[in-house]
Amino acid sequence: MPDILIELFSEEIPARMQTRAAEDLRKLVTDGLVEGGLTYAHARSFSTPRRLVLAIEGLTDESPTLREERKGPKVGAPQQAIDGFLRATGLTMDDLITKEDKKGAFYLAMIEKPGQPAAEILSAVLEKTIRNFPWPKSMRWGAGSLRWVRPLHSIIALMVSEAGAEIVPLDIDGIKAGNTTRGHRFMAPEPFTVSGFEDYAAKLKRACVVLDAAERAETILNETQNQAFALGLELVEDKGLLAEVAGLVEWPVVLVGEIGADFLSLPPEVLQTSMREHQKFFSLKDKSGQIVRFVTVANRETADNGATILAGNQKVLAARLSDAKFFWENDLRVVANVGLSGMAEGLANVTFHNKLGSQKARIDRISALAREIAPLVGASPDLAHEAAEVAKADLQSAMVGEFPELQGTMGVYYAKAAGLPDAVAHACKAHYQPLGPSDDVPTEPVSVAVALADKIDTLTGFWAIDEKPTGSKDPFALRRAALGVIRLILTNDLRAPLTEVFAKAYPGADVTDLLAFFHDRLKVYLRDQGIRHDVIDACLAMPGNDDLTLLVARARALQATLETDDGENLIQAYKRANNILTQAEEKDGVEYSFGADPKFAETDEERALFTALDTAQAQIAPAMAQEDFATAMAAMAALRAPADAFFTAVQINSDNEILRRNRLNLLSRIRQICLSVADLGKLDG
Amino acid sequence: MSASSDKPRSFQEIILRLQAYWAAKGCAVLQPYDMEVGAGTFHPATTLRSLGSQPWAAAYVQPSRRPTDGRYGENPNRLQHYYQYQVLIKPSPPDLQELYLGSLDAIGIDTALHDVRFVEDDWESPTLGAWGLGWEVWCDGMEVSQFTYFQQVGGHDCKPVSGELTYGLERLAMYVLGIDHVMEMPFNDPQAPIALTYGDIFRQTEQEYSRHNFDGATTEMLLRHFEDAEAECEHLLSFEPQDPNSGKRIVMAHPAYDQCIKASHLFNLLDARGVISVTERQAYIGRVRALAKKCADAFVQTEAGGWTPEGARA
Repeated sequence: MPDILIELFSEEIPARMQTRAAEDLRKLVTDGLVEGGLTYAHARSFSTPRRLVLAIEGLTDESPTLREERKGPKVGAPQQAIDGFLRATGLTMDDLITKEDKKGAFYLAMIEKPGQPAAEILSAVLEKTIRNFPWPKSMRWGAGSLRWVRPLHSIIALMVSEAGAEIVPLDIDGIKAGNTTRGHRFMAPEPFTVSGFEDYAAKLKRACVVLDAAERAETILNETQNQAFALGLELVEDKGLLAEVAGLVEWPVVLVGEIGADFLSLPPEVLQTSMREHQKFFSLKDKSGQIVRFVTVANRETADNGATILAGNQKVLAARLSDAKFFWENDLRVVANVGLSGMAEGLANVTFHNKLGSQKARIDRISALAREIAPLVGASPDLAHEAAEVAKADLQSAMVGEFPELQGTMGVYYAKAAGLPDAVAHACKAHYQPLGPSDDVPTEPVSVAVALADKIDTLTGFWAIDEKPTGSKDPFALRRAALGVIRLILTNDLRAPLTEVFAKAYPGADVTDLLAFFHDRLKVYLRDQGIRHDVIDACLAMPGNDDLTLLVARARALQATLETDDGENLIQAYKRANNILTQAEEKDGVEYSFGADPKFAETDEERALFTALDTAQAQIAPAMAQEDFATAMAAMAALRAPADAFFTAVQINSDNEILRRNRLNLLSRIRQICLSVADLGKLDG
Repeated sequence: MSASSDKPRSFQEIILRLQAYWAAKGCAVLQPYDMEVGAGTFHPATTLRSLGSQPWAAAYVQPSRRPTDGRYGENPNRLQHYYQYQVLIKPSPPDLQELYLGSLDAIGIDTALHDVRFVEDDWESPTLGAWGLGWEVWCDGMEVSQFTYFQQVGGHDCKPVSGELTYGLERLAMYVLGIDHVMEMPFNDPQAPIALTYGDIFRQTEQEYSRHNFDGATTEMLLRHFEDAEAECEHLLSFEPQDPNSGKRIVMAHPAYDQCIKASHLFNLLDARGVISVTERQAYIGRVRALAKKCADAFVQTEAGGWTPEGARA
């Protein structure tokens, strides 16, 4: 039962790809081995910036021998048939044995496919894996045609058993598998040979390479926390950054550096963004939450204990932060001189879209629309208007020019510096929200008004110029905008008929089509919440379907009703009534919709149905008027028992034409009452 | 072999050491291209020579212009005119990373004391229709070079692949020399009888060109010249390869490519003048890219680009 060690040694693999690549290597190789008829006990894979490694334990020595019996022609069959059989099996006459069954004697071929040694199988699997590796992006280098994420330099492929370590024969475009690797690029660059995984891991560590990314991350985290603790500070946790940094180093060395006192007055978001995005630094904060130190993770130890490295990093950071500070102070000066609205003026020269005008034109439209929407969301129209006018002003700030990801965040700071009301300041950031399906939805009325106006202007605008999303293409993120509107309305329980709002937004949009787009997005959104698409269809067919809050309340009530026994069976009753009616109406060429009279009722069941319908109608109409869908639907579901009893006891198509017509008209009452709640015909099954 | 004890003292010494290093490694040390370009990559020694099958190894300084980066000489490291050091080797040798690290050592960066890292950075030039994979090289957290394996140029697959190294000379030199503001950097030996700083040479021109780029240049003329360059490029490429005067096969790939370079720079100037809207930008970039692709198509029809009469008959 040999063990296997594979190492694919290359130039630096992008940090973001390493974990996935190690997992892909494990899966592709082990799947290939199993497909080749081998089994194994255990497999682990690892990655560093320069290597992907796979260790397999307890591989079987060879694939099993496969035996197959194949029945041939009858003894005494024409020679032609026998020759054909020999050709097909690759055997000679002597190899065949004869057997007998009910029909007589026949030839039988025993075909044996010998097992294949594990090394051969592994070699083939490795070659296939390397040549077809699913890198997100791969490249060629030199004069070769092999593709890898970056140039591949060497391969270790060892099979280790009691007899010793054996190199698996493999040659890919001139790269021969061997038993040699290298350590840390700078600290231990000399090649060395290995005899198995334990030996490899131990020698690597001596050569200043920590093989396991999780171990590197843990070292970084522990060391950072220890140093922070010693300084009385706390690490601002950042899992994404930790994983990335663990993929940038083979030998992590944590160094804590100072942020110049000049820069401590910058907003923490600015410090953190600049340090994280540009330098991949962690932040350390003091008890007040102020970020006061940075952490850089070097890839090596040095004779001066990192002093040169730290000094260099500090200098680079200082240059970055002096830019940021210059932007911050400059922006504050602009705000002090001309206010936030003054800052926004330059947006007249920024094109939003060539057919939709400048950012300024867009902001003017959003401001007007926010004023209209304000009463629907309980916001002051003046404040909503004011907030919309300045909400995008920070796009003209120097800071956002440098750090686009700080849009909105800076707006809040600058609005406060300009002395604007909190509701206005908050809208600068909140009006972009929700940014994705899991992002928070604003609830402050002014923010909600501007957020809705912003998104609805975008949607009606792009609809008006016919730039709608198609298939997978949605360059202006219109699906996200529509989902944002849906979540804003539902989360805040807003009563805002969309067609009326659209009418006040960008002119020229096909409002019906846009509403249909919203309904599609709503279906996707509600489906994720467990509401059936046919339930939504049944509710969409009702009036007021541009009022999403109403629509969703109806859908939820209908879904709840359908989950009850009565509800589900009532649908059957409704469908039965509807089928009978439709057939009768087609046959007779009339519509049965009026005039059912209890005096023509012959049975108790028929009379009971009359009573039940009266009761239901008396409950449903006022409940619907109050949008109390639960009560209305419960009343509807209560028709189930009398309707079932009626169908069992009464024959609709009576020979007596008066009775028949009366019964058909009675059925039409069931239909009318049901349809007043939702279009049940749209329901499945 | 470490040169760290022997630190360079000036901007020009760093350039000279890079020249000497790459010359010793077998590169043809070329001179800058005599046109306004946005980066060293635009030099035909890189753009065109990375195409086709002929081996190539060249290194050169390329003065580069980015009109929108003008800061009137006030920003510590942003300039509208700056220098790049460019190395292009085809096919990329297997030890290109080691060769590159050797060049850092040559200019006084002791890799035993510094933290040198290869951080993912895929390179793409929308105007050249080119892309490659590689890294930005960090030294103690500062980007000191771009390292790229060209995969495609002008829409053509690079076969073999060229390895390209680009050093931002001012930034690198400021780092090596410990200078905080580019204008204070010694250009020649600070002990020389007439010691000159970078600012002595370039402060005034940075001011003049900043004003020119942002306010002075006549946009109507730039627009006209852009159209002219575009038309001329296409005109030059419309000729039959066979030249009736010399009786030789002459494809005018380089003269046409000059017009592409011109169009690209004119576009950059128009951009700095602020007369190009966001959507127009894409259209202009697309027009320059179309020229670059046609020039690449033409170059591979020349002998330097790998064309042979035999290949053409086959």
